[in-house]
Amino acid sequence: MMAPTETNLESVRKTHNAKAAMRDGRDRPIVVVTGMGVITSLGEGKTENWAKLSAGQSGISTIRRFSTHGLKTRIAGTIDFVEVKPFSSTTLAERLADIAIEEAVAQSGIGRKGDFPGPLFLGLAPIEVEWPQREEIARASGAGTIDYDVLLRASGGGHFANVHARYMFGSVADHICETFGTKGSPISVSTACASGATAIQLGVEAIRRGETDAALCAATDGSVNAEAVVRFSLLSALSTSNDDPGGASKPFSKNRQGFVMAEGAGALVLESLEAAQSRGAKILGVIAGCGELADTFHRTRPKPDGLPIADCMRNALTDASMTCNQIDYINAHGTSTPENDKMEYVGTAAVFGDHARKIPVSSNKSMIGHTLSAAGIIEAVFTFLTLEHQRIPPTINYDIPDPAIPFDVVPHKARDVRVATGMSNSFGFGGQNVSLIMRREVN
Amino acid sequence: MPQFQTEQRETWITGIGIVSSLGVGLTATWDALQLGHINVDRKTYAPWMVHPLAPLNLDTQIPKKGDQRQMEAWQRIGTYAAGLALDSAGIKDDKEILAQTDMIVAAGGGERDLDVDAAILTSRADAKSGALNERLMNDLRPTLFLAQLSNLLAGNISIVHGVSGSSRTFMGEEAAGVDAVRIAWARIASGQSEVALVGAAHNGERREMLMLYECGGFNLKTDFASVWSRNGSGFALGSGGVFLVLESKTHAEHRRAKPLARLVNVVSGHSSRSTPGGVESVLGGLWASLGVTDNATAIYTAATGAALATAEEAAFLSAHEDVPVRAVGSSFGHLSEAQFPLALALGSLSLSRGALVPPTDTSGRETEVDVMPDRIVAVGVGHWRGEGMALLEAVS
Repeated sequence: MMAPTETNLESVRKTHNAKAAMRDGRDRPIVVVTGMGVITSLGEGKTENWAKLSAGQSGISTIRRFSTHGLKTRIAGTIDFVEVKPFSSTTLAERLADIAIEEAVAQSGIGRKGDFPGPLFLGLAPIEVEWPQREEIARASGAGTIDYDVLLRASGGGHFANVHARYMFGSVADHICETFGTKGSPISVSTACASGATAIQLGVEAIRRGETDAALCAATDGSVNAEAVVRFSLLSALSTSNDDPGGASKPFSKNRQGFVMAEGAGALVLESLEAAQSRGAKILGVIAGCGELADTFHRTRPKPDGLPIADCMRNALTDASMTCNQIDYINAHGTSTPENDKMEYVGTAAVFGDHARKIPVSSNKSMIGHTLSAAGIIEAVFTFLTLEHQRIPPTINYDIPDPAIPFDVVPHKARDVRVATGMSNSFGFGGQNVSLIMRREVN
Repeated sequence: MPQFQTEQRETWITGIGIVSSLGVGLTATWDALQLGHINVDRKTYAPWMVHPLAPLNLDTQIPKKGDQRQMEAWQRIGTYAAGLALDSAGIKDDKEILAQTDMIVAAGGGERDLDVDAAILTSRADAKSGALNERLMNDLRPTLFLAQLSNLLAGNISIVHGVSGSSRTFMGEEAAGVDAVRIAWARIASGQSEVALVGAAHNGERREMLMLYECGGFNLKTDFASVWSRNGSGFALGSGGVFLVLESKTHAEHRRAKPLARLVNVVSGHSSRSTPGGVESVLGGLWASLGVTDNATAIYTAATGAALATAEEAAFLSAHEDVPVRAVGSSFGHLSEAQFPLALALGSLSLSRGALVPPTDTSGRETEVDVMPDRIVAVGVGHWRGEGMALLEAVS
């Protein structure tokens, strides 16, 4: 065997360095984003959403889709420009997901039409038969007094096969899998209001394991129907500022009184850096770290000391091999409920110390409302757009600051500033906490 | 098999919790199976039938009455079964381990208030007039929502048992149960996780669920028969909860935990059900990816009894006719998200006890064995979507 020449050694070193550059500080494949899509009450697509978001516009309006007679809350961030007939929250969620995914896949240029080269991870609200379908089966029974025995007897014979097909929990993911040709068994995940972030995390983990070079991560929510509004209303979670829809969502304000339900969807095409570079894809950013932690305190309220939230953020920093002074911006969960916003500050302050008062922390929900299962991914898309445009979208409606939450919330107007790294937080009922860390540049 | 970039670590099953129509806990379940017990209620929902849950002494796993009141049946079943699994693994009171335990729950949704629904439908309170809103605002119990949200089974397990490393809820009927196990296993095998609690719960005694499956024509009616003798007439829903503790061998050995079985691999697929032979072909591919031989292997299947799915699974099994088969659905009914975890749990239990469960079928599909196999493959085919397999080995 010949002894290696200088040139050979150099080439070996170069190959080694090139391979090392594809991996993160923990020797895992670096996970990058090559496509993004979004739809919210502000509009369809990244361009329209970003223009309105950075201009501080609100997408919240009076609910027109159904009668709000007798409801305490009559406002929401509905998506009325996408029509689904007959209306079903599940079908709307599916349609919104299609739109966001179409945009993300087109931007990434990955695979071929209907042939996405990786698995699907979909954040989704729980699915159940809705009132119009229940009423239809009741009518078909011909009975005057209705109970579930009557419904059960009327539901057979194949007349309502479409109800079964529509209201399977796996039906939306199944549709997306067949439409976009994702590979393997599609996974639908619910971690309540953190679902979108969990979908991203599942994709990141699959790529880091080396199972796949690409993953399609999406999350969608079309939940604004009467029963859903009632359910959140009965938990006293919603804003009732019905006369001022655009001013109703006021995260971190002293007079905040609840969140505003909203619809939307987001999608990210994730790839290993190596796969993205080898096909010459444009890289939009890096998912540098994911952290999660379950809170064991209460079904709807975070632990009063904010420690689970803090530890979740710490887990994300550790995962990204970063320290808190490397974070330039926090895209807050910021729901505008009294409890969440206070605990988010307490948790953030526990991690960031004095720095928590200096880092810009804004809440997209002040404009788009709380898109629930989709929030984590929509806000991840917006965080990447923040990094791309070097412009932080504002927290609007911040007229009466809460002195107990001394965040720099980027009030009213977008701010142009150098932002290399952002953290996006998602917290949900059931003690769900997920933090993501995103970077613009690969290195 | 996924090609992990790091060396694949050995994963053990170190704890199992089962509650079902056959009883509470591993011994009661095993004994009932040995005796060939089948607990099916043909009267309450006639002509439909269900496998009703055996009575639970909730206080033993959910000590606070307040917690019990906050849950509906499906959450109580799951929280109870999760507690049994943690007990079985010996980590129930180990706060340090529980704080690092990753959880994946496969879940559907919670019970509706059937009386409220019935009253609203009877009153013809339709949405257009706003009358529906008033009835819902006045009649719905405010905290019922929390008993319905899919991720709140995991939430309750965190609260009651202190599992807090992470919490993820997969949805999507039977396939969610397969993928919950697959992801929990893949994370441990690749070094992303050390210990995981994974499983599901199902309340089959629900008229609104019977209605949903009746819409699709999947409910077994009239005569009860084993899964293989139903000629595709469907399934009888069952109540039950199944949780498993998965653990890296290193982690388990460090705390001197004993394995029930080794979980070697978990794979899943998504066949096109509109293509004839699609299920059979995907099952063939999954079997090949496990790399097992028919020799010394048994199959525990979560087969539902649904027409197309079970016929194609039977065709797949016919290509492996020397492999002994057991369908758990014949004894337990159909537990949807929990059905694959159930097959996996019974497979692990059988390997640890050195015996297969007795056959429950007279069609000739299930036969006695002379020699105990040292591998069991759990198979799951969803009633309308999703296929999966997991390979278990005895740990000598």
